[in-house]
Amino acid sequence: MTTPLPPAPPPLVVGPLTRTDFVRYQGASGDMNPLHHDEPFARAAGYAAPLAVGMFNAGLLGTYATDWLGPANVRRFRIRFAEQVWPGDTLTCTGAVVREYEQDGQRLVDVELTATRPAGGVAVLAWATFARPAA
Amino acid sequence: MANAAAQGAAGTPFPVLIERGKIIEFAAATHSRNPAYRQERAVVPPTFLTTQMFWQEWAGAGANPWPRVELDQRRGMHAEQEYVFHGPPPRAGDTLTARSRIAEIYQKQGRRGGTLTFAVMVTEFTDGSGRLVAEARLTGVETARPADGEAR
Repeated sequence: MTTPLPPAPPPLVVGPLTRTDFVRYQGASGDMNPLHHDEPFARAAGYAAPLAVGMFNAGLLGTYATDWLGPANVRRFRIRFAEQVWPGDTLTCTGAVVREYEQDGQRLVDVELTATRPAGGVAVLAWATFARPAA
Repeated sequence: MANAAAQGAAGTPFPVLIERGKIIEFAAATHSRNPAYRQERAVVPPTFLTTQMFWQEWAGAGANPWPRVELDQRRGMHAEQEYVFHGPPPRAGDTLTARSRIAEIYQKQGRRGGTLTFAVMVTEFTDGSGRLVAEARLTGVETARPADGEAR
């Protein structure tokens, strides 16, 4: 027996994003690429502002997914970076079940997750597999 | 232009200590309030093993084979990232050993023309008994032209 699959939670809405969000994530993650916090460096590289760290955007999807299906149950988390994200953007994280199945005696669920920018463009996509705990 | 000869290059093993304070910091930075990330034996968030960057840097240049790919930074982007957990994810207090290798370098035609060069670095994380507990798969891409700051 497995516990019933909980419904997807309401969207996780984060923003408007600030440079501080990016810096805080960079300190936490160890990615010190100046493109994400050094304004003159970002402008010299041709950007209008420091752009969000893709892995920060993906981390928000991790937050959404683990609140839904449980942090200890994650077995796979695959991320694809699509649109760039900028200070002032608000990201909306949502998810949907793709399939439930059994593999090697373990109940699993595959979900698709998206973080969407204000105009509707998908910034980050993720495909995740979670184990389903026994009841 | 990427260095195709880097395929197969491996770094030296490096330690990755899974620490409770770092998990709390990472969870907060990704806007999580989940109590599972604050417990004494806190589990790691799905993308937490990206903190391997700290440990790889501290271990010295030999631990990181990625620079050998020589992707042009001005035309380079992080395309995909994947984490696989062979059982429940690591917890605070675990000491893992990680090792990175360049698994693949390949080219594809871009949708807007031009050749895209992809490089994949796989990092394997083993526990004290040598059991493979997690894998990270980083895919970088180098475009034919410099990034223009617009959405791809």
